[in-house]
Amino acid sequence: MGVSTTTVGLPGKPLPEGPAQDQALALVSDELNDKGFVVAQLDSVINWARTGSLWPMTFGLACCAVEFMQTIASRYDIDRIGMVPRASPRQSDVMIVAGTLCNKMAPAFRRVYDQMPEPRYVISMGSCANGGGYYHYSYSVVRGCDRVVPVDVYVPGCPPTAEALLYGIMQLQRKIRRTGTIAR
Amino acid sequence: MDTAGLRDLGEHVATSLSDYVFAADVSRDELTVDARADQVVRVLKFLRDDPRCRFEQLTDLCGVDYPERDPRFDVVYHLLSLSHNQRLRLKIGVNEDQPVPSATGVYASAGWWERETWDLYGIYFAGNPDLRRLLTDYGFDGHPLRKDFPLTGYVELRYDSEQKRVVYEPVKLTQEFRRFDFLSPWEGAAHPLPGDEKAGEAGEDGR
Repeated sequence: MGVSTTTVGLPGKPLPEGPAQDQALALVSDELNDKGFVVAQLDSVINWARTGSLWPMTFGLACCAVEFMQTIASRYDIDRIGMVPRASPRQSDVMIVAGTLCNKMAPAFRRVYDQMPEPRYVISMGSCANGGGYYHYSYSVVRGCDRVVPVDVYVPGCPPTAEALLYGIMQLQRKIRRTGTIAR
Repeated sequence: MDTAGLRDLGEHVATSLSDYVFAADVSRDELTVDARADQVVRVLKFLRDDPRCRFEQLTDLCGVDYPERDPRFDVVYHLLSLSHNQRLRLKIGVNEDQPVPSATGVYASAGWWERETWDLYGIYFAGNPDLRRLLTDYGFDGHPLRKDFPLTGYVELRYDSEQKRVVYEPVKLTQEFRRFDFLSPWEGAAHPLPGDEKAGEAGEDGR
């Protein structure tokens, strides 16, 4: 967090443990004791908050949802990066499209996306959501969920491993940090 | 049930319903009965209520399309008797414009399967109380499991940001569907296993 005179920690990477971190923390607490407040860049704070609590809307449509569940479950445990799966679009920040999007589902899918509050992000997970995949030539499948909603991150695979999805989530966090704007 | 028992059962069904049943065959330990389409309800009722049959459950109902054949479709009923631990397959042949009497009066579970068969093959079931489409999209045109239905269908879908809704458009493919598997064993190509190239020749020698 940027402190009035010297910039410590953000933007950039968190400081590793050691004397440098101790010094930075001491600086912050001294400032707090002295003045009673800390000054930081607003966009840094907002992006820190956004990347630290990306609540995903669970949109499991097919087998990819199982891999998504693995990412949620204890081994990869997305709770530790502040991600709590939500069942309601109104409480979620990112929609993870896990599986085949069929024509019949598309209007409902778009409606759920429309119900999400800004800023909202979409991760397209797996071949089917990316471009129809195995069902690309089918009469009943949308050839990529980007025909219906704007997509931020595409995670390839059929299905992608839990690591791959986690990497995709980290890429989205990186994208949010890099974009660095308050309004989307 | 063994093959002889199934053959007996088939015989029994064929003689009891000789006016409605064309044939009863046992193949691969499975009994298949061919029946007249317009009398299918009577046949099913017999199969359910006859003490030697007792097929209390309809486990499946589906269609098959043979485009070059007359009648074009088969409707296949799979029956299970828990009392006698036996199974039976009942087939009827129907044409596109020929309604099939609904089996919902005999087996309540037939309702949605008839909807599915109607949806995917366009076989009409007369007397089904709720014969709507089951699986395909709302307002879908055509019956996709018919052999003359194109794989990619007729319409595709995208979100129109001006109209704020999902719109349907005629299919535009950037790349046509191509079949890359030229050596599929189902396509009739020679498909020798590695190290087994001479197996066919040995067979011709009359071994």
